[in-house]
Amino acid sequence: MSGQTLYDKLWNQHLVKQRDDGTALIYIDRQLLHEVTSPQAFEGLRLANRKPWRLDANLATPDHNVPTTIKERAEGNSGIKDPVSLIQVQTLDDNCLEYGIEEFKINDPRQGIVHVVGPEQGATLPGMTVVCGDSHTATHGAFGALAHGIGTSEVEHVMATQCLLAQKMKNMQVRVEGELGLGVTAKDVVLAIIGKIGTAGGTGYAIEFAGSAIASLSMEGRMTVCNMAIEAGARVGLIAVDDTTIDYLAKRPFAPTAEQWEAAVADWRNLVSDDDAQFDKVVTLQAEEIEPQVSWGTSPEMVTGISGQVPDPSAALDETVQRSHTRALEYMGLHANQKITDIKLDKIFIGSCTNSRIEDLREAAKVAKGKKVADSIKLAMVVPGSGLVKRQAEAEGLDKIFIEAGFEWREPGCSMCLAMNADKLGAGEHCASTSNRNFEGRQGYGGRTHLVSPAMAAAAAIAGHFVDVRSLPANDATHAQEA
Amino acid sequence: MKKFERFEGVVAPLDRANVDTDLIIPKQFLKSIKRTGFGVNLFDELRYLDEGQPGQDCSQRPLNPDFVLNQPRFKGAEVLLARRNFGCGSSREHAPWALEDFGFKVVIAPSFADIFYNNSFKNGILLITFPEDVIDRLFAEVDANEGYQLDVDLENQRVITPSGEILEFEVDEFRKHCLLEGLDDIGLTLKDEDAIRAFEQKHKAARPWLFRQSA
Repeated sequence: MSGQTLYDKLWNQHLVKQRDDGTALIYIDRQLLHEVTSPQAFEGLRLANRKPWRLDANLATPDHNVPTTIKERAEGNSGIKDPVSLIQVQTLDDNCLEYGIEEFKINDPRQGIVHVVGPEQGATLPGMTVVCGDSHTATHGAFGALAHGIGTSEVEHVMATQCLLAQKMKNMQVRVEGELGLGVTAKDVVLAIIGKIGTAGGTGYAIEFAGSAIASLSMEGRMTVCNMAIEAGARVGLIAVDDTTIDYLAKRPFAPTAEQWEAAVADWRNLVSDDDAQFDKVVTLQAEEIEPQVSWGTSPEMVTGISGQVPDPSAALDETVQRSHTRALEYMGLHANQKITDIKLDKIFIGSCTNSRIEDLREAAKVAKGKKVADSIKLAMVVPGSGLVKRQAEAEGLDKIFIEAGFEWREPGCSMCLAMNADKLGAGEHCASTSNRNFEGRQGYGGRTHLVSPAMAAAAAIAGHFVDVRSLPANDATHAQEA
Repeated sequence: MKKFERFEGVVAPLDRANVDTDLIIPKQFLKSIKRTGFGVNLFDELRYLDEGQPGQDCSQRPLNPDFVLNQPRFKGAEVLLARRNFGCGSSREHAPWALEDFGFKVVIAPSFADIFYNNSFKNGILLITFPEDVIDRLFAEVDANEGYQLDVDLENQRVITPSGEILEFEVDEFRKHCLLEGLDDIGLTLKDEDAIRAFEQKHKAARPWLFRQSA
C-alpha cells in the first residue's frame, strides 16, 4: 500500500462517519465567521430552535463591509454610512452576543480580514479543519490545515452539528522547483500556476503546493499561494508543516503552550505527505521561469509575465476561449498584442486576504520609499489586513513611507478587493490590485482589475503604468525569500 | 426545502464560459440578511443597462435587450443552459438563492465549480453535467427552436428533448435523495449525534490543543 498524502492524513483524522452513498461526516475544529455569509445561518438556527454545537470552535470578525477611512472608523459601527451595510455588521454583533461567540468587533485592534486574523491569532493551527463562508478560506491550508470555503447552509450545518457533509477530493501536487528570481514573489508564483492550469484546473482536487521554491517561502508567502488555490478551481490548498510553520505559531494567543505545545509540535511534524504518497495529478513549474505577473483579462487565468503582451484572441485554438478573450479585451479596453508595460493605471489597491500582511506591506514600502505616486493616479490606497498588521507597520514606519509617497493609509478590511464598502473603481478605471479576482465588476461597476504582487502595484503607482519591478534600482529589497 | 418533481421547462441559453458568482449576483446585493428576494438582481450587470443598488425598484430600470433572459422567447425559463466552469469564484450562496428566486430549477453545463455545486443542491437546484459536444448540440437546438423545452426527470436521471432523445446523467445518490425528498441536511446529520460526540471525545483526548480557547 502506498503512503498517504497530507490531504489524506487530514481527512482521516477528521472522519466521523463514512456513509455508503459516498458522502462523509467530517469534524470541524474551527469556524471563522464574518458579517456577509452568516446572518442567514444564525437565522436558520433560530428558526429551528437549535444551538451552536461548540461555541469555542467559532471566531467572528466583521471585514467585508467595514469602511476603511480613519475618520469613519473612529466612530465605530455608526461610522458605516451605508444603512444596509450597517445592519449586516450590527447583525453579526447581535448574533455573537446572543449565542456567546467570540468576536473581534469593528474597532478591536485584533479585527481584520478573517483570513489574516485566524493565522495571526494562532486560531488556525496545523492539523485543524477550518471552514468559513468565504472561498478564500483555502488560505489557512498554508499551515497544513484542511481549510475550505463553504456556503451559508453549510455555515449553519457546522454551527449546529460541528460537522460538514463532504466528499473526498482527489489529490493534486503542484511543485515549484528552483529559486525564485529577484523581485519575484509568492503572488507571481500562484498567478503563474493559475495561468498554467487554468481556473478550473484544480476543480475536484485538493492541491498541495510543494517543491523547493514553495518551501523557501515565508508563512505570509505561503498564505498568498494557498489563498488563490480557489482561483485555480481547488477549494483546498495545502503546504506541509516545517520549521517555518512552527516558528510562526509559537506564542500566538490561541496557540498551545508549555507541554501541550511540545506535544502539538511533535504531532504537527507528521503533517507532510509520505514519500511514497500517490497523487492523482502532478504539475511542475520551474521557479527560474516565473517572472512578475500581471493579469490582463477578466479571469485569473488571463495572466502573463511583465515582459509579455496581451494575447490575440484569434490565436486561441478553442472557440469558447476565443470568445472569452474577445469579450475580456472589450471589457478591459485593451487590444491584442498590446505590451503589458503600456497599460496605464487609474487606481492602486494594496490589500485583501491575498496580500495585506506585514511582509506584503514591507515589499510595497521598499518600492515606494522616497518616491511619489504618479500625478495620473487618482487614488493609491494601502489597506492593512488587520489592526495588528497596521500597528506593526506603523511601528516600522511603513505608514510614513506610504503617506509621503502619496498613498492613503487606511483601516483594516476587505475594502476594494470586492468593493462592498465605499472603496471601489469607477467604470473604465484600470487598477493595479494585489487582490485575487479580476472578474467583471468585481472592484466596482465597469472597473478593470489587474492582479499583481504588492511590489508590482507600488511600482505601477509610481510609474503610472506597469513596470518590471526587477528593473528598478535597489530591487534586491523586494526579494521576499530573504526576508 | 421543496421536493424536486419531474417537470418540463423552457431552456434559456447563457453562452459564456467561466460565469462567476460575482456575475450571477454582484456584491452590493450581498448586504441583505435574508435568503429571499435576490431574483430581480440575478445577472444584474448583464441584465440591466445601469448599475443596480440594493432595495431599488428594478421594474423602472433600463433592460439590456441583448441579454438572453430579457428576450420574450425565454420568459419563464426554468432550465439554464451554460458553458464550462459555471459558478466559479466566491462561495456566496446568494448565487443559487438568486437563481432559485428567479425561477430556475436546473442548470446544465459541461462543468461546475465545487462550492457552487454544493450550494445549489442545498437549495433544491439540480445541476446536470453533460459532455461539451452534447452541450454544443443543446445550444444549437435551443437557438433553432423557439419555445424549446426539456423534460427533466431526476428520479430516472434523464433529460428528454422535444424530439424524444433521452440524455442520461449522473448524480450522487445522497444528493438525489435529498432533492427528491426535500430533506434538511442538519436534521439528517443530527441522527448521528452519538457518533459525533464519540468522535469529539476521542479527538479531544488525542489532540487537546485543538480545543483551546484564547489566552
